[in-house]
Amino acid sequence: MTVETQFAGFDSLALDCGETLAPVRVAYETYGTLNSRRNNAILVLHAFSGDAHAAGISAETGKPGWWDNMIGPHKAFDTSSYFVICSNILGGCRGTTGPGSVHPAAGRPWGAGFPVITVPDMVRLQKKLIDSLEIERLLSVAGGSMGGMLALQWAVEYPEAVASAIPIASAYRHSPQQIAFNEVGRMAILSDPDWKGGDYYGGPPPAGGLSVARMIGHITYMSDESMREKFGRRQKAKSDGFARSFEDEFEVEKYLRYRGGEFVNRFDANSYLYITKAMDNFDLSASYGSLAAALARTKGRFLVISFTSDWLYPSYQSQEIVRALRGHNLDVAYCELPSNYGHDAFLIEVGEQTELVRHFLANTFKKAA
Amino acid sequence: MSPKTAEQQPQRAFVQQVLGRRDYAIISELVEPGSKVLDLGCGDGELLAWLAENKRVIARGVEISPACVQRCVAQGLSVYQGDIDAGLADYPDHCFDFVILSQTLQQAHRPLGVLREMLRVGRRGIVAFPNFGHWTVRLSLLWSGRAPRTELFPYDWYDSPNIHFLTVEDFEALAAGEGYLIERRIFLSGNRGIRYRPNLRAQVAVYLVCHPGQS
Repeated sequence: MTVETQFAGFDSLALDCGETLAPVRVAYETYGTLNSRRNNAILVLHAFSGDAHAAGISAETGKPGWWDNMIGPHKAFDTSSYFVICSNILGGCRGTTGPGSVHPAAGRPWGAGFPVITVPDMVRLQKKLIDSLEIERLLSVAGGSMGGMLALQWAVEYPEAVASAIPIASAYRHSPQQIAFNEVGRMAILSDPDWKGGDYYGGPPPAGGLSVARMIGHITYMSDESMREKFGRRQKAKSDGFARSFEDEFEVEKYLRYRGGEFVNRFDANSYLYITKAMDNFDLSASYGSLAAALARTKGRFLVISFTSDWLYPSYQSQEIVRALRGHNLDVAYCELPSNYGHDAFLIEVGEQTELVRHFLANTFKKAA
Repeated sequence: MSPKTAEQQPQRAFVQQVLGRRDYAIISELVEPGSKVLDLGCGDGELLAWLAENKRVIARGVEISPACVQRCVAQGLSVYQGDIDAGLADYPDHCFDFVILSQTLQQAHRPLGVLREMLRVGRRGIVAFPNFGHWTVRLSLLWSGRAPRTELFPYDWYDSPNIHFLTVEDFEALAAGEGYLIERRIFLSGNRGIRYRPNLRAQVAVYLVCHPGQS
């Protein structure tokens, strides 16, 4: 299935910080067909570094989408039954307006002059997209990691428009540990001389800083078990352990350097800064007084999933969400799936996740219809 | 009887395991249509799904096994993966009409705590348990001198999910001590109802309990 990224334009978007972005563009993809009652639409929400290309083969790059194992005919998000939408988030660098976009008045990229954005801002822009597609109520909003945060924000901010939410390996706010990892990533970028106060477009990007930030990210996405399994202590054959140069001797080093370098080619350092800040500042309990009060607004069903080896978004964070929902006796199912893959499990370990999501969606569709 | 282990005989809604369809009829008789029901230790959701389908109840469950939770979700049930000893604190008072403890009480670490929580979050509780006072259990211990293994308690002592054994008399005494009002008591041997000497003759006891004034 070849897919093309589409674009939608909007006149303006009012931001939480008080500023207004005008105009705004959203990159999105769709899979499957919207039915005549327009009640089979699912918004899939990507994680921090994801994009609109969630499934199928990109006409542009020839690559499969980031959740291609979950979205498609007879997969978890069954595109023979549902109409699946995925859009690049506000502040991103994959087609949606972000700090790398051209400032309309200045005629050059925003850079660090881009207004501060929030998770609610991102959701507000997505709502504009869903409205423009003339979808009144989404069958589900679903995503892992930051995508789960957006799913929660959707369910709380637009209760009438959300029949169900599936936050996976997520949290209603970041822990100090999560903020700390993001801060190290940001500092790696900020301390790269090529960052130049965010005004590096047209010249070399802060590749060193961005790739180190990504290396740290990858460590947090894996687990001790998955790293032992994937790399062990395997080394290049010639290494005697006395190498004077600090080359990548171990396979894990080689892997991290490769992933860091690859990331520079597809991601903008300023987007990294803006989006991680938005994640760190997100706190669903803050806007409504408490998490319980926020979730009391919701009117849909919930399926919450976490993974045993995920230490970046540990199960207790998912359980906090579930417990607040139960405090109002709202409709929530929760499962902690066994996996060795760490935080990455929601992208990799999709067997049991598929069963949960598929049946949950089918039952939600039946109840909503 | 061949020895059975917990692995060989997965915990299922006790209904099928012990009584066949008979227990559906009993619990169905106790649970009012359209009510809010919480099943503690709901297994693969067989009973809850049946109640949701046939009694149109709003069904919730708590179950510790991820595999069972997945089967519950597959049936459209909203089940929380967690431990019933710890997991009810979040629910507000009396948010359920019925809380079901079906073949679960004897497996809880703190059965009294579970019972108290049950009647805090629920207006009524339905407690069903295998009777350790049944004459076969007594004879098994008396004759063999070993931990009883019977049709009702088929596990080796080291392999049993049952950690707190209780009899009909034990439950009656506890209910009296806690001041529970026993609205119904149903005793079963196989598929037959029993009235006379239940502590000796009942294989399974089913109680409908509440706090006085709650019913």
